Amino acid sequence: MIKIANVSKHYGAFQVLSECSTSVSKGEVVVVCGPSGSGKSTLIKCVNGLEPFQSGEIIVNGTSVGDPKTNLPKLRAGVGMVFQNFELFPHMSITENLAIAQLKVLGRSTEEAMDKGLKLLERVGLKAQADKFPGQLSGGQQQRVAIARALAMDPICMLFDEPTSALDPEMVNEVLDVMTELAQEGMTMMCVTHEMGFARRVAHRVIFMDQGRIVEDDDKEAFFANPRAERAQQFLAKILHH
Amino acid sequence: MYEFDWSSIPGALPFLWDGMKITLEITVQAIVIGIVWGTLLAMMRLSSIKPLSWFAAGYVNLFRAVPLVMVLLWFFLIVPKFIETLFNFPPGADLRLSSAMMGFALFESAYYSEIIRAGIQSVPKGQVAAAYALGMNYRQAMRLVILPQAFRNMIPLLLTQAIILFQDTSLVYVSALADFFGAAYKVGDRDGRLVELLLFAGAVYFVICFSVSRLVKHFQNKYHPA
Repeated sequence: MIKIANVSKHYGAFQVLSECSTSVSKGEVVVVCGPSGSGKSTLIKCVNGLEPFQSGEIIVNGTSVGDPKTNLPKLRAGVGMVFQNFELFPHMSITENLAIAQLKVLGRSTEEAMDKGLKLLERVGLKAQADKFPGQLSGGQQQRVAIARALAMDPICMLFDEPTSALDPEMVNEVLDVMTELAQEGMTMMCVTHEMGFARRVAHRVIFMDQGRIVEDDDKEAFFANPRAERAQQFLAKILHH
Repeated sequence: MYEFDWSSIPGALPFLWDGMKITLEITVQAIVIGIVWGTLLAMMRLSSIKPLSWFAAGYVNLFRAVPLVMVLLWFFLIVPKFIETLFNFPPGADLRLSSAMMGFALFESAYYSEIIRAGIQSVPKGQVAAAYALGMNYRQAMRLVILPQAFRNMIPLLLTQAIILFQDTSLVYVSALADFFGAAYKVGDRDGRLVELLLFAGAVYFVICFSVSRLVKHFQNKYHPA
């Protein structure tokens, strides 16, 4: 589904990603973790072309992301993305947030888009908030709407960029629950997150990044039982004590 | 001691009202063209296509570095001649007034473009990313997501600029346009009551501008409660 091969990126002399290679197959849930500044968010943003990269190749569902001839909007329409800061459109109601891209990008009818939007809103437990504006919802609610908005496009895979990092602790679980349910339904997911509990429960594989490199890419069991890279061991030791 | 005599004002009101209509017409035209052309300039300025960005930067810097009166005179005296020669217009066609009004609008566009550029930049980058991530292209992201938010943030500044613009219209008197100020001046000159007419005109400008600036305050409190 997603194939990342030897991807490198630099800002001037600063190397953000060096020779990253991995892949995510259909139905697989991969968690990407690592210290801040390790390039994990950059890597996930390269997957749908929000961040350009200088060398290497990323193939999503048979389409090369870096190819200048690729129709990026079309590719992105099929790849859902959830951001750290939700990024709902503050000038639109919740229903409009859910409908806008269905209408303007996929060309669905208003009825179809509304219908789909409301169904997904019900699924994330927020049907009662349909006519409110993003500013009136809590962070956790906003993030659930953002997940619903991405799902409304019927994506072939979902990218999560630290979806719970900006949330108050008591709201983290409501978002993780939605993500867990999604994973159990067989959605292909690539998640940048520090939620190791989520990784343990839901992920198939865990990737650990440090200084722009993928230093560990292993099955969940192997990763948690015995991470090979020393940097990953230190990281896990620190993060699991919390 | 100077004796005030306001008697020439009531009879001149219809003529002054005609002047006010021209003032409002120039103002509205400059606002509409200023916002549309200013938005395009702002988008060019922020574009990654270098020649577009250079053009917009050059345009804005040129117009902001030249006095408005001078631009009005160029567009009143030089540009019409130039166009006549260039397009072989019959000498009878009078382009001077519409040219001066166009010059005014083009001048104001430079100021609007700076306001709008700041407005676009005030929208968080993540909003653009979210729009793109949903499959929108540049135009859709701008039109549906960025510009509506930018304009909402800009309402107070746009209204403030409109007040300045309304006052600046009085400068078109250099091109012999009978705007409100020009009309007041003519009546005062005719009746030998220039002082009264100019005081009256000043009072009218004050009432209108002050009312609009109260409106701006109202919007500011509504969208950005202190």
